Amino acid sequence: MGGYAAFLWPAYAVTFAVVAWNIIAARRAHQQALVEARRRFSADADGDAP
Amino acid sequence: MDWTWFHRLASPPHIYRVAGTLTPWFAWPAGLLIVSALYAGLFLAPPDYQQGEGFRMIYVHAPSAWLSVMIYGVMATAAAVGLIWRMKVAHAAAASCAAIGASFTFVSLVTGMLWGKPMWGTYWVWDPRLTAQLVLLILYLGYMALRSGIDDLGRADRASAVLAIIGVVNLPIIRYSVEWWNSIHQAPSVMKMERPSMPFDMLAPLLMMLLGFTLLFAAVMLVRMRAEVLRRERGASWVKEVVS
Repeated sequence: MGGYAAFLWPAYAVTFAVVAWNIIAARRAHQQALVEARRRFSADADGDAP
Repeated sequence: MDWTWFHRLASPPHIYRVAGTLTPWFAWPAGLLIVSALYAGLFLAPPDYQQGEGFRMIYVHAPSAWLSVMIYGVMATAAAVGLIWRMKVAHAAAASCAAIGASFTFVSLVTGMLWGKPMWGTYWVWDPRLTAQLVLLILYLGYMALRSGIDDLGRADRASAVLAIIGVVNLPIIRYSVEWWNSIHQAPSVMKMERPSMPFDMLAPLLMMLLGFTLLFAAVMLVRMRAEVLRRERGASWVKEVVS
């Protein structure tokens, strides 16, 4: 990389780590929201919810 | 003009379903474009006559910088729609943008610093463009801190929307800072009125990466928005149908 490898590869690594984090965090947030909603409705069905 | 489509956008179950349908249509082309651009940018594009191989930083720096500004524009527009028309889905859209925008602003700053060191001899200088980009990161973080600091969702929506709208003033400063003031940062190569000042074999991977990152943002934002809508509507009957 013409002497620029020490700058280029960390830049690409940071970028694609952030891309991966965005995908994983978004999917996790959606799964968590689904789990919370499911828990709420099952609690409602058991008569525990106010 | 028929405004039914606009009114339907205010419906959380409609938005939840539409977002779910659209996500793969953005995600797969985004993945294909980014992988192709990565290969073309790293292995096919010729080295720059001045910056040598170091110019390849542009393929991650420019798309991240573009996203940081574009996402803020989307966030502020959604916040304004939410504030003016009291559309909760618009506030959910604005809230979904913040973390994505902050992360790509961080990437643009880090990749800019890693480009600056070999080209300018320093990682950081209080240059107008760099400073305005740092202000953008602070605006994103402030927006998220404000939202999480207010328990009442309605108040959090309104307060954060006002902050997002005020912060729009920073966008033209970022865009035109290199023209208004003496800046160490280079002038635009692609986003300008005249023809891009890059040969096609360098430009094509950049355009592919710009489009790929934009589609990736759309896909990630839609997934985050579905989560946000579910959280806000957790007691609604349509959510019961979704989760059962």
